[in-house]
Amino acid sequence: MTVVDSGARAGGTSPPARHQKNARRQRARVLGRNPSGLLFSAPYLAYVLVVFAVPLGFAVWMSFHDYLFAAPGADVDRPFVGLDNYTDVLTDPDVRRSFVNIGIFLVINVPLTVVLSLVLATLLNQAVRARVFLRVAFYVPYVTASVAVVGVWLFLFSGNGLVNEVLGPLAPDPPWLINSFWAMPTIAFFVTWKQLGFYILLYLAALQNVPRELYEAAATDGAGRLRTFWSVTVPAVRPATVLVLLLSTIIGANLFTEPYLLTGGGGPNGASASPVLIMYQRGIEQGTPGVAAAIGVILVLLVLLVAWLQRRFVGGGES
Amino acid sequence: MSRRSSVLRYVVLGAGALAFLFPFYYMVVGSLQESPDPTPAGAFPDPSNLTLDNYADIDGRIDLVQGLVNSGIFTGGVILGTVVFGVLAGYALAVLRWRGRGTTFALALLVQVVPFQLLMIPLYVLIARDYGLADSYLGMILPFAINSTAVIVFRAYFLQLPRELFDAAAVDGAGDLRTLWNVALPLVRPVLLTVVLITFIGPWNEFLWPFLITKDQSMQPLAVSLANYISNVAASAANPFGAVLAGAVVLAAPAVVLFIVFQRYFTSTNIDSGVKG
Repeated sequence: MTVVDSGARAGGTSPPARHQKNARRQRARVLGRNPSGLLFSAPYLAYVLVVFAVPLGFAVWMSFHDYLFAAPGADVDRPFVGLDNYTDVLTDPDVRRSFVNIGIFLVINVPLTVVLSLVLATLLNQAVRARVFLRVAFYVPYVTASVAVVGVWLFLFSGNGLVNEVLGPLAPDPPWLINSFWAMPTIAFFVTWKQLGFYILLYLAALQNVPRELYEAAATDGAGRLRTFWSVTVPAVRPATVLVLLLSTIIGANLFTEPYLLTGGGGPNGASASPVLIMYQRGIEQGTPGVAAAIGVILVLLVLLVAWLQRRFVGGGES
Repeated sequence: MSRRSSVLRYVVLGAGALAFLFPFYYMVVGSLQESPDPTPAGAFPDPSNLTLDNYADIDGRIDLVQGLVNSGIFTGGVILGTVVFGVLAGYALAVLRWRGRGTTFALALLVQVVPFQLLMIPLYVLIARDYGLADSYLGMILPFAINSTAVIVFRAYFLQLPRELFDAAAVDGAGDLRTLWNVALPLVRPVLLTVVLITFIGPWNEFLWPFLITKDQSMQPLAVSLANYISNVAASAANPFGAVLAGAVVLAAPAVVLFIVFQRYFTSTNIDSGVKG
């Protein structure tokens, strides 16, 4: 009896079975224990390739070329133009104006969103009665199409709309949406109102995870309501605040529907044009997608910069 | 102190609820007014000024039923893709052991960072011009057909299920697809409904992408045809605001009703796991 033989017998497998097992182990080494996982994920991976990776590369490629629309199959020359699209974009007063506009929008929308949603969520969290009604009331604008509520805002904020009727002599002239000073702030208020419900829900979830002992300790120390809010609630929900800042910045930078419809395409005189609106005009209406792609790349880089600054100064690496 | 601050709390919350709900109330009232009445008195319906003409008017300009059908097909396609492919990939990431699992999960996180505005122009060129899918449901659905957030949510929920369940199923000789269908899916049914609800909001309310890809009015979702009406033809209608508001009510109603009926499934805890994975 040899050592090898006894080893085989101890394993208790006959040679063909052992061979099969080896083959399975071999396959497991290459594809993993459950190769069907790859099969299950294949549609998702194909989708990421077709809808994200390829267009992303295409966007960057396009921004460095003089891209022309052509009939399918037609062979058109699309020369490499280096940074020409970028210099065009950066010297275009309309584009620069749109970046200033989106800056104004974010400066109003983001802080207002954080403050209002945190305050309303905190109050709602303490409320005992009518919780379901209030929660639903708060998120109804969020689940409704922008296009639908834009109709009502147009009516409310028109020259002789309800808002001006109530304000009387205090109403701005020309009215809100055609006033070059008020157009962008009005859009910012609209978007804050529309999205607030979602952020209230985010904060509600975060508030439910704040340990009760913190509030009890604050009460023992004799801290008042405002003081407790400021020194217990605000620090405890900081990860949620980081998330709200990030999401509202990204969603805000995507602004398109509201200036397109509320101010009739970014009016008056481009005072409420957003970068995505200009991308649509340049890329699709005027047929210069290379320029539009360059605006997109610049916009994304700026959003990444703002997000990085927010993370640096508000902190909270947990979320 | 406690009583006074409790009153104050409800005053603030009530003012908030009023600010959120009033425009909706005003939308319904405005859609029923024969002639628009922007004075404060107009906020209270006057029986002599009520009519359904605005609904007939907007239906004559944009086919409301066709718009709702298009919105429904667009939304249904997106929900179907999101759930089917999201469950498959989420299950593979949570339960199965295969090569490339870690990379796929990292990819799902990374993809969420890429904003749509950067992809908008190339997607338009590819889908509308190269693939010839303009004015088709497939072209509308394609960019939203699979959702990385849903993949991550399903993964998180499948991870919470006890491992022994899957081992037992494997001992019984059940295949992976069978285990997923018979064992895992029934246990995550509540989150399935939450994902369907959250996914519904996106395509039903989406404007930019279907607006880019559909020029043929008979293919446009209601949000697009109503928006085109607002920006182009509203000025020529007898009561433009009334007609716009009537269209707005028709567009808003399905989403609002759905979220009131299923509000239980749209809670903060579900949202939390939805966003943070």
